[in-house]
Amino acid sequence: MSSSLRLRAAVVSIALFVTFLAIWHLATRGAAPATNMSPEYAKLMGATATAGKSAMPGPLDVGAKLWEHLRRPFYDNGPNDKGLGIQLGYSIARVGLGYLLAVIIAIPLGFLVGMSPLVSRALDPFIQILKPISPLAWMPLALYTIKDSSLSAIFVIFICSVWPMLINTAFGVASVRKEWINVARTLEVGTFRRAFTVILPAAAPTILTGMRISIGIAWLVIVAAEMLVGGTGIGYFVWNEWNNLSITNVIIAIVLIGLVGMLLDQVLARVTRLVTFPE
Amino acid sequence: MAILDDPFDAGRSVGPACVCGQRHSAADHDRTMLQLRCEPDESEEKRYEGVVASAVMRAVFPQDAARRAFLKSVGASAALAALSQFFPLKTATEAFADAATPEKKDLKVGFIPITCATPIIMGAPLGFYAKQGLNVEVVKTAGWAVIRDKTINKEYDASHMLAPMPIAISLGLGAQPIPFAVPAIENINGQGITLAIKHKDRRDPRDWKGMKFAIPFDYSMHNYLLRYYLAEHGLDPDTDVQLRAVPPPEMVANLRADNIDGFLAPDNICQRAIYDGVGFLHILSKEIWDGHPCCSFAASREFIATAPNSFAALTRAIVDATAYASKAENRKQIAEAIAPANYINAPVTVLEQVLTGTYADGLGGIKTDPKRVDFDPFPWQSFAVWMLTQMKRWGQIKGDVDYKAIAEQVYLATDTNKLMQDMGLTPPATAYKSFSVMGKPFDPDKPEGYLAGFKIRKAS
Repeated sequence: MSSSLRLRAAVVSIALFVTFLAIWHLATRGAAPATNMSPEYAKLMGATATAGKSAMPGPLDVGAKLWEHLRRPFYDNGPNDKGLGIQLGYSIARVGLGYLLAVIIAIPLGFLVGMSPLVSRALDPFIQILKPISPLAWMPLALYTIKDSSLSAIFVIFICSVWPMLINTAFGVASVRKEWINVARTLEVGTFRRAFTVILPAAAPTILTGMRISIGIAWLVIVAAEMLVGGTGIGYFVWNEWNNLSITNVIIAIVLIGLVGMLLDQVLARVTRLVTFPE
Repeated sequence: MAILDDPFDAGRSVGPACVCGQRHSAADHDRTMLQLRCEPDESEEKRYEGVVASAVMRAVFPQDAARRAFLKSVGASAALAALSQFFPLKTATEAFADAATPEKKDLKVGFIPITCATPIIMGAPLGFYAKQGLNVEVVKTAGWAVIRDKTINKEYDASHMLAPMPIAISLGLGAQPIPFAVPAIENINGQGITLAIKHKDRRDPRDWKGMKFAIPFDYSMHNYLLRYYLAEHGLDPDTDVQLRAVPPPEMVANLRADNIDGFLAPDNICQRAIYDGVGFLHILSKEIWDGHPCCSFAASREFIATAPNSFAALTRAIVDATAYASKAENRKQIAEAIAPANYINAPVTVLEQVLTGTYADGLGGIKTDPKRVDFDPFPWQSFAVWMLTQMKRWGQIKGDVDYKAIAEQVYLATDTNKLMQDMGLTPPATAYKSFSVMGKPFDPDKPEGYLAGFKIRKAS
């Protein structure tokens, strides 16, 4: 990409963003304040009813509130009110744990499925049926059997991130070039050595693509799961602020969820680039 | 209003004269049975001191006449001084207040962020749990089904539930049957029917055919009260209107989006709709049934069996907090204590309007009703019987119902009665009382007859 193209793209991006903010600001300016209200009555009412303020916050409100959160991201006012940093930390920890469990199970299993046509055929119907189930549909079942809401959330993350990894690993392993395996066989390389020195490097890009898809799904699901079970996490934060009808805070949470999701994706994209090889 | 017999009042009998302690004869008491409410007016230490002193006095002078003669001759303060000389009243009081040590000190109690949970919530910031030697974490929960599951899963030791929920759980309605118990009612009154502003000229419920209403949960007083109210006005709630279970915070948003026409919801939600200018208060639930229970404090039988002292300490804290909340002068302080994001997470002025009862009605007027929400911990078993009649009326339970057996199993009136006596409060003598809902009297002894009196009910 030439530097001039990059510059022009950045300018267009910024212009789009500014236009968006301007439209948002104009759209939420609100109506004229109510006039026929007694002062005592007005004191008991909210700004949307008295000052004609729009129920939707404008970009300035959101900016001010965001600054307030960023100034003290790690406060802890008790079990139901923690800073955004802490909430994001909880969510990332949950995603990390469920995801790690999925990696530990999906990759060896994927290897097995990819290397053995018998296992592949035998497991196929199960994988096909379990794969399209919405992860949140598992939630009541998990709550009922695990009897612990935070473990249930981790289980839901596990179950949603295991399928893309499993399928991609199996596909990557199965589609390693036949010549390479035949070369290994002529050199009388043992099964385990063959798996680790030939197949793993060859399948790594496909496996990582699966992992990248999985982390995206896991991050999507955690917010919904936390809204359901509550307690801690960014999903709980969204629910708690929704409870107070604070759209400002909900918008802030949406922006942060997007940013963290992008970061997680970028990390795996980097790792994918590390293992990619030219053929 | 003295809740406690003063043993140093020569004119008084220390024996159980009137069950409530407010009036002097039992006959007087019966006459005012319906308004029977006990409100403490002394600090806990003071009450305990009184209980202990009263017991000592009774032991020293088993005969009332002798005690009276003694008090008359030396005076109350001299008698107290004399008594404390040879009996360590202070130590005894401390030992009494200490009660038994709780088996489990670190407890988790779940709540839904509405003003019904006031006693449960305020127990944490105002130190009612700490006073009982408990370290309680009050945890905000996303909805009634979740709070039910988390309590059944033992993530919570006890929790805030809608008054009919422990009955429903014990009966296995909408869940597997697990015996639950209610040692204390949280609040009475404190709900309301809120309608969208556009209906401000449609105040007669007979015109409400085809409207959509939200209720917080199927097993809720809200559901039963709204159905009752509609049916009394000739509408069949199952066929003439639509009732939807909607989580309270989404009610205001749905009302704004015009998805529903109104709701019978717990407060701060009603007031919040007014505060945001999307609705007005049609009536308070108090106008349907003054003194109706709404939410309860519930725990599983298993928890009560494994940690009876913790459970007793928790109940004492709740009863104490409820007594504190029942007094009008404390309400402002409570509103400020429970408004932050850690607890209810709502504007202070909204909570203040709910708790103090001076509120904007959404149509430009300011109304005052100090009993808009009130707090009374006693778990009347007749409340449970009434809820069972409504569950049967609307087809939630079918067949024969042993009303009193269920009520007595779930609503722990006897235990709470004893506990309140130990605390120096004076609970009512019976666990059943009659009351009337929209002018129609309810006799807890004849639930089937009451049920038969309703024309509109679900065909069984």
